[in-house]
Amino acid sequence: MIRSFGWESVEFLIRGAGWTLLLSLMTFVIGGFFALIFALLRTLGPRPVRLAIAGFIQLVQATPLLIIVFLAFYGLSFVGLHFPPMVAAGVSLAVYTTAFLADIWRGCIEAIPKQQWEAADALALTRTQQLRYVILPQAFKISLGPTVGFMVQIVKNTSVVALIGFVELTRAGQLLNNMTFQPFHVFLTVAAIYFAICYPLSFLSERLKGNRHARPAH
Amino acid sequence: MAYQMNFTPVMALAPQLVEGALNTLILSGQAIVAGLAIGVVGAVSRTEGPRWLDRAVGVYVELFRNTPLLVQLFLIFFGLPYVGVRLSANMAAIIAIALNLGAYSTEILRAGLQAIPRTQIEAGLALGLSRLQVVRYVVIIPALQIIYPALTGQLTLTLLGSSIASAISATELTAAGARIESTTFRSLETFLCVAVIYIAMTFAFRFVYWRIGMWLFRRKAPPKPSLIADAIEVSRAGA
Repeated sequence: MIRSFGWESVEFLIRGAGWTLLLSLMTFVIGGFFALIFALLRTLGPRPVRLAIAGFIQLVQATPLLIIVFLAFYGLSFVGLHFPPMVAAGVSLAVYTTAFLADIWRGCIEAIPKQQWEAADALALTRTQQLRYVILPQAFKISLGPTVGFMVQIVKNTSVVALIGFVELTRAGQLLNNMTFQPFHVFLTVAAIYFAICYPLSFLSERLKGNRHARPAH
Repeated sequence: MAYQMNFTPVMALAPQLVEGALNTLILSGQAIVAGLAIGVVGAVSRTEGPRWLDRAVGVYVELFRNTPLLVQLFLIFFGLPYVGVRLSANMAAIIAIALNLGAYSTEILRAGLQAIPRTQIEAGLALGLSRLQVVRYVVIIPALQIIYPALTGQLTLTLLGSSIASAISATELTAAGARIESTTFRSLETFLCVAVIYIAMTFAFRFVYWRIGMWLFRRKAPPKPSLIADAIEVSRAGA
């Protein structure tokens, strides 16, 4: 049945956008958790661990997200792990996000001058205390801008899982297009919803980065 | 349950993967050339142009950086015929990827141009360099050196992002992989092979970018204190 594009369609898309937001949030929380561990191990871990994590980051960053999604969705079901689209989408997005965020955060930790470690050491703080009270709070401030900036990438990247049939915003747009045959209206609305989610994040990211430059150089 | 990997059926269709990889290179190569051209025009418009042009380019940049490439692709491939513009899948993919890269490279190149202080340009002119020499040695090469990591990183993302074009059945590597997967049913093996090819291409390009960087940003030897030392150097180089 052919429907025409109306308010109902917009409601349908907004429901899709809800899934996009949920998936983005899930990806950020899970990816962020592993990224933090990886970033710390990448900078402070023993040499073999550092190398293994560097290798993981290099490999994931050199593979298209779509291929990681396909590997998780089609590939792993043969190994005996049957992932429904929701889980396959979450796992692949989390792996991808881990690789990029770990790299960003490593940069932030390494941006803290060595003297800060030495000063903390001179104050007789233990290694953990140095990290907890001196290094990480400073690295956190630096990381805010790039991290919020990467959130925009996460939201946009979730669109890729439409191609394995997970019904989020882009997939909802495809379905609606099949029902209404008004691709211009449909995808323009989809783009507008993505913009409404991403633009405030981009704006915030620029503001946070700007503040850093405004502060006196350390 | 142990799963026996079997690459034979996939390897039998290896020529399709090679062809797909070449098509990916051609597709993203065209998109990169067009995208960088847009970026240069956009960056110069934003830094040197009138205010309204700066604003207009800014709107373009924000629109394309805050929506997914896949949606841009759908809008151009499915949406444009609705208003009377019909494009082939490959053409739509090249245009979408180029516009996307154009938005990102506009901002990257602008950052480079803005990193060169005006006083540097004035100093160059005061030293008697011609305008062309100032543009080349004082503006372009140092600006490029500052943004080189960001720019090459973006080009890598563009190469990998072209896999999205398989969604509208453009001819490239991921589409070739999907076709092989549907004939052999060896999903894991097929996409592992595809992943390896993408990784190999990415590392090859990183090496090329690194070599280009070495050549572009090589430091000239500092000037010799005397003409005699210069002459010795020239005769050595000639020998």
